[in-house]
Amino acid sequence: MQETGFTPAHIVRLYDRFEALDKEKTGLLRPQDFGAINGLAMNPIGDRIIGAFFSPGQETVDFHSFVRILAHFRPEDKKRPKDPSMPEPVNSRTSKIKFAFQLYDQDKDGKISRAELLQVLRSMLEMQVTEEQLESIADRTIQEADLDKDDAISFEEFRKSLEKVNIDHKMSIRFLR
Amino acid sequence: MGGFSQMKLAVNFLTIGLVLLSLPCGSYTEIPPKPPGSVTVLPPVKPAGGPQAFPDAENSNLPVFTMNYPRIQVPFEVTLWVLLASFAKIGFHVYHKITFWVPESCLLISIGLIVGAIMHSVHEEPPAVLSYNVFFLFMLPPIVLESGYFMPTRPFFENVGTVLWFAVVGTLWNSIGIGMSLYAVCQIEAFEVQDINLQENMLFAAIISAVDPVAVLSVFEDVSVNEQLYIVVFGECLFNDAVTVVLYNMFNFVAEMPMVEPVDVFLGVARFFVVGLGGMGFGVIFGFVASFTTRFTSNVREIEPLFIFMYSYLAYLVAELFSISSIMAIVTCALTMKYYVEENVSQRSCTTIRHVVKMLGTISETLIFFFLGVVTITTEHEWNWGYIMFTLLLALVWRGLGVLVLTQIINPFRTIPFNFKDQFILGYGGLRGAISFALVFTLPDSIGRKKLFVTTTICMIMFTVFIQGISIRPLIEFINVRRTNRNLETINVEIHSRLIEHTISGVEDLCGQWSHYYWKDKFLKFNNRILRKILIRDNRAESSIVALYKKLELQNAMEILDTVSGDINAGSSIVPLHEEKKGSGKPKRKFVAADLMNMHDILSKNMYKIRQRTTAYTTKHSLPNDSRTKEILIRRHTSIRRSLRPGSLNGPNEAKSQKYFSLPPGKSLDSKFPPQRLRHTGNDDDETMSEVDYPSARSRFNQPSRSSSRAMLPLRRLNTLTEVPSSSVVDLVDERSGGRGAWGRGMSRLNSSSSDSRIPVPRHDPSNGPDNGSSGDHDSGDHRPEGEQQPLSPTPAWAAEPGERDDSGTQKPLLRPQWKTRKP
Repeated sequence: MQETGFTPAHIVRLYDRFEALDKEKTGLLRPQDFGAINGLAMNPIGDRIIGAFFSPGQETVDFHSFVRILAHFRPEDKKRPKDPSMPEPVNSRTSKIKFAFQLYDQDKDGKISRAELLQVLRSMLEMQVTEEQLESIADRTIQEADLDKDDAISFEEFRKSLEKVNIDHKMSIRFLR
Repeated sequence: MGGFSQMKLAVNFLTIGLVLLSLPCGSYTEIPPKPPGSVTVLPPVKPAGGPQAFPDAENSNLPVFTMNYPRIQVPFEVTLWVLLASFAKIGFHVYHKITFWVPESCLLISIGLIVGAIMHSVHEEPPAVLSYNVFFLFMLPPIVLESGYFMPTRPFFENVGTVLWFAVVGTLWNSIGIGMSLYAVCQIEAFEVQDINLQENMLFAAIISAVDPVAVLSVFEDVSVNEQLYIVVFGECLFNDAVTVVLYNMFNFVAEMPMVEPVDVFLGVARFFVVGLGGMGFGVIFGFVASFTTRFTSNVREIEPLFIFMYSYLAYLVAELFSISSIMAIVTCALTMKYYVEENVSQRSCTTIRHVVKMLGTISETLIFFFLGVVTITTEHEWNWGYIMFTLLLALVWRGLGVLVLTQIINPFRTIPFNFKDQFILGYGGLRGAISFALVFTLPDSIGRKKLFVTTTICMIMFTVFIQGISIRPLIEFINVRRTNRNLETINVEIHSRLIEHTISGVEDLCGQWSHYYWKDKFLKFNNRILRKILIRDNRAESSIVALYKKLELQNAMEILDTVSGDINAGSSIVPLHEEKKGSGKPKRKFVAADLMNMHDILSKNMYKIRQRTTAYTTKHSLPNDSRTKEILIRRHTSIRRSLRPGSLNGPNEAKSQKYFSLPPGKSLDSKFPPQRLRHTGNDDDETMSEVDYPSARSRFNQPSRSSSRAMLPLRRLNTLTEVPSSSVVDLVDERSGGRGAWGRGMSRLNSSSSDSRIPVPRHDPSNGPDNGSSGDHDSGDHRPEGEQQPLSPTPAWAAEPGERDDSGTQKPLLRPQWKTRKP
């Protein structure tokens, strides 16, 4: 598992966790296994997070994919030499941003459309926000980020809007180091 | 505003009225009733005390109206004081802004001061409720119980090392440091305090290093300080009470000895361990006994809450009996008990327990601060500028130093180290409070300068509570703001950051109880295998989320019945989405700065905060509320419903059939196997949302399964629903999700097969189902119009069922409408 960069000890622990989640001991995780996690169920975007684990068309997650997705959240290796010939490691800044992007972009067309944005907004905001307010927020968001005026946010635009944010800090889970 | 001020006026009048009323009854020196002389304000009570004695039987007639004050004096006064303090509390909350900026403790002390001033001017004595016994036996336990009961266990155990480190070593550092420096200060002649020897100084230092959490925690919650900080402060406050009491007793003992020998120091350390560990041990034992008892209380639900209180109080008293740390005992008792008891008792008892614990804790706290105010005015003070100022200064300095040094040492061991901002807050948040106050009053009178100590302690408390308490909120916000304001956040950043935070929170949950500690894992396994079997009644898992979901279903089922028009609304809200998708020609709006501010405002106020595990448990002034999770769950459910509605051929029918959903009593849910037939349609404009919703909806449902055997699994899961009749709506969800993939089908098959032996055929299907289903329907799984059943070979098998089932009457209501349309 060099590509993920996890230490063997971590992998063992992840495997324990995988097994604990896999209640039916099939070696594969299904959406309902994820749904059994209390915290995820109460998470406003929990379903999207769960969805991110499943590759399109797949209904199960095997251990390899499980670890691979979780590897996105490792803190970045600051000491990694910038070698352009090597493929981008899974926990690099770009990969993390891509992961976040995919949470928005459910239909995988490479753009966050206004509708997709609205959906996410709706799930993250409490009920008392009116539809109009939501729409104006969505409009503003797109306006701010959309540079090529196609009324949708592409991955590059998304990345640009987050350029000042310390992604490594925000999107890393420390104990996965 | 007019209403407010009027109300306030009214409350104030009431308060003052009560005060005046209580004044005459205000003074007694001991709890055992003894009518003091000042009662003469009231009409002279006939010493005969009522209608019993007839001193001159022939002269006086039967008294129609008599008063017997002494009889009720003590309870009456106690009640009045409690009421008075509570009125004060009501009074502040009338005007919200006050409580926002000024912590409640300050307000209570202020009112106490006012009352004390009134009493003093009338030359009354305050009730001596601060005698050692009363405080430690009656007023302290509820507060500690409340803290222990609502302590968030997981973060606590993850940080237990840090907590203990700060509590024990930190307090020791503080006491010894302050004690030594004060002794040095005492040597300075100018302050005239040379008669305080080292031991007394140390004793005093031990008293004032006790940190009190009340004010700090309420501010922490409001400002949503990060969880780590919260739990460390919380834990430290709780456990350092124990350390303080130990130190106090030790120094007290030592202060009376003429000479201190090295042996004594060693014994002191040994005693500390005995006290600490003993307290914990007692607590754990009582906790287990309590859990065990509640295992058998299913028939006496009304008195279930009583056990919690009695056992924890008993733990406290027994610990006091052996002079070991009663606070640790009661805290550990509450911690241990809570986990098991909440599974054993009924939902109502659980609510009652929480509510009563909260209530008792709040009352005690209120009373203590109130009395602090009163007593401040009415005791004799001895003021000494030098000593007092130096104490304040030294306390701050030592605490700051302590936090710095200790954090440096422990940071490498922590997974999430403390940065300087955190450290500052840790240091600044060290407010003193009730414990110091009580302890100083109970100093033996043999200490010459007791009054000075009392004055200093009171000053210390006032200073920290008022000045630090009021300023900590602006400081926290200032520090925070300073960090993020460097780059003006765009709306984009705000939204995306929040999304990322939610994601991280979710993934952390996914990774679960991650511990670097071997012991913790071992304990969890031990817990699951042994402890739960013994202490929990028939291992039923009624986790709160399932209960919550059931409640929601009930609500929703009722809603469904009366909102046919609701469909129209729900449907219409989807339509605009589609129009957007097709590329709307909406003109680009120009956003004015005001709009922007508005948006930022809306976002910051309304975005769901990252699930703060701590605040869910420990809101200081209110019970934990789950309205947010309800919203999330309702919304999920609405989206599921929404996707069901449009295109549903059986709209009206469905509404009707829902009426039958109430489970006929006595029948198990198993018989209502969810026919995936009932997938009306796949309306899936909202595909992305609903698609992924199902797994969570379905499995949330299934979650707490304990049995290991696969076949038993579905049965078990459904069983948890048997209590709530309308959980059938969740079945609707099941059905919907049943179409999504093999697992759904497999499950439903198993369900029915396990329940009904009449249908042998489907038993084969679990093997087929998964194969069929997995043939790539993840995306299009929702679009199963009724006709498309070919991939399901068991269709004919199912077809046989309704015929058989029809006679089972209302059990298969769901089927009926469906099959009517389906049967060729």
